[in-house]
Amino acid sequence: MDFLNGITLISNYILIPGLTYGSQLALGALGITIVYSVLRFSNFAHGEFMSFGAMTSILLCWLFLILEINLNPLPTAIIVLPFAIIITIFYCILVDKIIFKFYRRQNSKSVINLIVSIGVMFFTGGLIRFIIGPGDKNFFDGERFILKAKTFKNYTGLSEGLALKTTQGITIVLSIILVVLLFWFLNKTKTGKSMRAYSDNKELALLSGINPEKVVLITWIITGTLACVAGTLYGLDKSYKPFTYLHLVLPIFSAAIVGGVGNPVGAIIGGFVIAFSELIVTFAYKKIFFYFLPNYLVPDGLLQILSTDYKIAISFIILVLVLLIRPTGIYKGKII
Amino acid sequence: MKNRSRIQILYFLMAIILFAVGIFQSWNVALTIFNLCLISSIMTLGINVQWGNAGIVNFGVMGFAALGGLANIIISMPPTSNAWETGGNFIVIGLMIFVLSIIFSVFMFKRVNFNKRIKYLISFLIIFVGYFIMRLMVDSPIEQIESIEPAKTGYLGGFNLPVIISWPVGGLLAAFAAFIIGKISLGLRSDYLAIATLGISEIIIYILKNEDWLSRGVKNVNGLPRPVPYEIELQSREWVLETANILKIPLPEVSSIIVKLSYSVLFLLVLLVILYLLQIAVKSPWGRMMRAIRDNEVSANAMGKDIKKRHLQVFIIGSAIVGIAGAMLTTLDGQFTPVSYQPLRYTFLIWIMVIVGGSGNNFGSIIGAFLIWFFWIQSEPLGLWLLSFITSHISDTNLIKSHLQENAAHIRLMFMGMILLVTLRFAPKGLIPEVKR
Amino acid sequence: MYILFGENITCGYGSVDILFNCNVGVNEGEISSIVGPNGAGKSTAMKALFGLLPIKQGKIILDGEDITNIPPQERVLKGMGFVPQTNNIFPSLTVEENLEMGAFVEQHDCKKMLEYIYELFPVLKDKQYQLAGELSGGQRQQVAVGRALMTKPKVLMLDEPSAGVSPIIMEGLFNKVTEIANQGTAVLMVEQNAKQALKISDLGFVLNQGKNLFTDTGNSLLENKEVRQAFLGG
Repeated sequence: MDFLNGITLISNYILIPGLTYGSQLALGALGITIVYSVLRFSNFAHGEFMSFGAMTSILLCWLFLILEINLNPLPTAIIVLPFAIIITIFYCILVDKIIFKFYRRQNSKSVINLIVSIGVMFFTGGLIRFIIGPGDKNFFDGERFILKAKTFKNYTGLSEGLALKTTQGITIVLSIILVVLLFWFLNKTKTGKSMRAYSDNKELALLSGINPEKVVLITWIITGTLACVAGTLYGLDKSYKPFTYLHLVLPIFSAAIVGGVGNPVGAIIGGFVIAFSELIVTFAYKKIFFYFLPNYLVPDGLLQILSTDYKIAISFIILVLVLLIRPTGIYKGKII
Repeated sequence: MKNRSRIQILYFLMAIILFAVGIFQSWNVALTIFNLCLISSIMTLGINVQWGNAGIVNFGVMGFAALGGLANIIISMPPTSNAWETGGNFIVIGLMIFVLSIIFSVFMFKRVNFNKRIKYLISFLIIFVGYFIMRLMVDSPIEQIESIEPAKTGYLGGFNLPVIISWPVGGLLAAFAAFIIGKISLGLRSDYLAIATLGISEIIIYILKNEDWLSRGVKNVNGLPRPVPYEIELQSREWVLETANILKIPLPEVSSIIVKLSYSVLFLLVLLVILYLLQIAVKSPWGRMMRAIRDNEVSANAMGKDIKKRHLQVFIIGSAIVGIAGAMLTTLDGQFTPVSYQPLRYTFLIWIMVIVGGSGNNFGSIIGAFLIWFFWIQSEPLGLWLLSFITSHISDTNLIKSHLQENAAHIRLMFMGMILLVTLRFAPKGLIPEVKR
Repeated sequence: MYILFGENITCGYGSVDILFNCNVGVNEGEISSIVGPNGAGKSTAMKALFGLLPIKQGKIILDGEDITNIPPQERVLKGMGFVPQTNNIFPSLTVEENLEMGAFVEQHDCKKMLEYIYELFPVLKDKQYQLAGELSGGQRQQVAVGRALMTKPKVLMLDEPSAGVSPIIMEGLFNKVTEIANQGTAVLMVEQNAKQALKISDLGFVLNQGKNLFTDTGNSLLENKEVRQAFLGG
C-alpha cells in the first residue's frame, strides 16, 4: 500500500504537472526552433506571439460568452482556438511582411534579426497591454477537474490523492495532436519536405525550384499556430497575465537549446527535460522517503535539493550546463 | 566632421528639451530625468564597448547592474549585531567549500585522463558532494541569521563604509562575475551568447531575491546611506534658506533640487572620467585591434591575435562599467529592491539606447541614453495626451474610451519598439554613426 | 547542333572580369568538358551559363531559345539541371526525399524518374530511406546527380563531379555520365581531372585566364601536343 501511495504521490506532484508544463514548453520551443531553422535567427518575440494568441483567445471567449455559445463541460477556449489561431497567424505574417522581410532581402546577420525581433517583442507586448491591460485574466470555464483527488482516494482507498485538472488533460491531448500533425506535415507532405530542404540548404533549394516566399509563409503559419496554442494552454492552465510571457521566453529558449536548436524532436525532448528537472529538483522528498523507507530512516528536513523559489531559475541553470558541456544540445542541432 | 556637427546639434537639442521640462514642468522632474539619463548613459557606454567595438552581445545588463546594487549593501550598511557571531563565518566557509569543489572538479576534468563520461560523472559527483556539505554547514546559520529581527534586519549587513566606495566595488563585483560568465560563454556565437547572458543574469536576480541573509531578498534593503546631505539637514542651513528667499521657491523644493544637483555633479564626474578613458582606449592600438577582430574574426585569428582573450578583456571592462552604473543607481534610489530588476527595463531598454544612439560611437551611446530615457519617462503622459486628443469627440462615459485611457500607459512599450524598428530600418548606424578610422 | 551554347560571354565578380569573350557549349546527347588550370574561369563559366552570375556581354542559347535574362529557377523548368561543386545535397533529408526535391517543380512522372535513377544508381535504391548526410562522398555525388536528373533536363551541368572522391569512384562516376549522355541527356561538365574527362568527352574546351585556348573533340585534344604539355602533364 505504501508503495502505491508513493507512486501516486510522484504521479500527482511530478508526473502530471511535468507532462503539462513540458507540453507547453515543447510547443513554444518548437515555434522557436522552426523559425530558427528556416529563417536563421533567434526570435525573441515568440513569447509575445504566444501572449498575443492567448489574448485573442480570451477576447473571443468573451465574445462567445455574450453570444452564449459554449461547450460545457469543456472550456469555451476550445471552440475559439481555431479562430484565435487564424488571427495569430495573420499577425505573424503581417509582422513578417512589414518587418522581417526587409532584413531577409538584405541577407542581414542573424544578430541584427535578433535585435529586430526585440523591437517586435516591445511593440507586441505594448499592443497586448494596450488592448487587454496588464492585469490577471482568468478565462477558464466549465468543469474544473477530470479526476478529483477525493474521488481517487475514495475509489482506490489510498491515502494519497491523484488529481487531473481539465486544463492539464486538454494541454496534454492537444499537444500530442499538434505534434503528430506537425511531424506528419514535415515528413510526409511535399510542402513539408520542401521546408526541411530549404532549412538544410537554401541555395540548392532555390535551384530545385522551391519558392522561398512560400516556405517563409508556411513557417509563419506553423509558428503562429504553435504560439497561439501554447500561449492559450499556458494561460488556461495558470491564468493569463501579459507579463509572465516575457519570462516564459527564456525557459522556452532553454528547452530549444537543450534539445538542439533547429531540431524539432530536440525541442520536444528539451521541453520535457526542463519541465521535469524543475519539478524533480524542487520536490520535497520527505514524503517519498516516508513511504519507501522504514520510519526510523526517514530524515528530518524537507529534503529539497533547491528551494521552490528557484524553480524557474533551474531552466537557466540547465541551459548554462548544456552550453558548458554540449553546446549543440542533446540532438545535434544546427550550430548557431 | 559631419559627425561633430551632429553631436553638437543633438546635445544642444537634448539640453533644450531638459530645460523645457525644467521651466514648464518643474526643475525637480528635470533633474530626476537628468540623473537617470546620466546613469543610463554610463550603462550604454559599457554595452557599447562590448557591442560597438567587439561585436559581443551582452544581454546580462540587468545582472551586472544588480551586482552593483548589491555592493551598496555590502559596503555601506552597518553590520547586523550578532549576525556574524551566529554563523556568518559558517556561511563564508560553506560557500568556500562549494566553490573549492567546483574548482577541484574543473581541475580534475582538465587534468585527469579518463573516459569522457566517467569524467563528467566524477565532476558532477564532486560538485554534488560539495553542495551537500555546504548545505549542511549553511542551512542552520542562515535560518538563525534570517531570524534576527526579520522585520528590520535578518541579514548579515555590510561594512559600514562610505557609500561611494561601493561604486568601484560594484564595478569589481560585476567584473568578477563577467570573468566567470565570459569563461563559460564567450566561445559561443552571438545568438547563444545573448541567451546565455540573459539566462545568467536571471540566475543572479533569483539569488538576490531569495538569499535573504545576503540581500534581505524581497524584503528589500531600505535606508542606504547617501553620499550627499539629506534635505532636512539642508533646510536648516543658512545659505539654503537665503537661496530660497532670493529665488522665491519653497524651501523643500530648493533643498531637494540641491540634493539632486549634487548627485548630478557626482554622476557627471564619473561619466566624464569613463568617457575619457574609453575615448583613449578606442583610439589606441588596442581599440583598433578590437575592431579588426569584430570585422573579420578569421583573418584576425590568422594574424595571431588571441581573440578569446581579447573578448574576455572587453567583456569584463564593459560589464564592470555597467556594474558601476548599477551601484550608482541603487545609491540614487537609496534602497535595494531585487524585484525591480526586469530585463525589459534594464537589459533591453539599454540595448535600444545603444542601437538608436549609434553602435560603436561613445557620444552616440550617450545621446541615445538621454533621448530614450526621456521618451521612456515622458511617453506615458504623451500617450495619455495623444489618446485623449484622438478620443476627444467620444463622451467620457464611453466604455472603450475609459478602457483605452486606462491602458494608455502601455503605449510606451509600443513607442520603444517602434523607435528601435524605425532606427534599424532607416538609420541602422544610429543617430551618430561610428567614425571610420 | 548545340543544345546549350554560351556565345562570347564576358562576365565576372563586381568590376573584375573573369571571362573574356568565351564560347562554351554542348551538342544534343553528347558530353562536353571544360578544362584548364586553376583560376582559368571554368566554374565561372558554369555559373554564367546557369544564370548564377550576371553576364556583361554575350548570350546564352538553350535549344534555340535565348535564355540570357532568365533566372536560374526558370532555367530548371526550361530543361537545365545543375549540380554545384559543394553543398549539392540536403543532408538531413533521406535519399528519396532528396530526389523528390529535384522534381519539386514537375509533379508528373516522379515515380518513373525515381525508377530510372535507381536503375542508374542501384546503390541509392538500397539507401533510399537513409539520410543523405550519412552517405559516403561518392554516394553523395550520385544523390546530387540524381536530384538534378529528376526534372528530365535536356542538359545536365556538373561542376567538378570528381572533386573529393577516390579515383576508382571517379571512374565509376564517369561511366555513369556516359550512360546518362547515351540516354539522350547532354552533359556539360567542368573537370580538374582533364585527362579522364576528355577521354569520355565529345567536345572539349580548354580555357586559360578566361579565354578560349583550344576547342576540339576530346580525343584530338588529348593528342594535341601543346595541350598535353601545358595542361595534361605530358
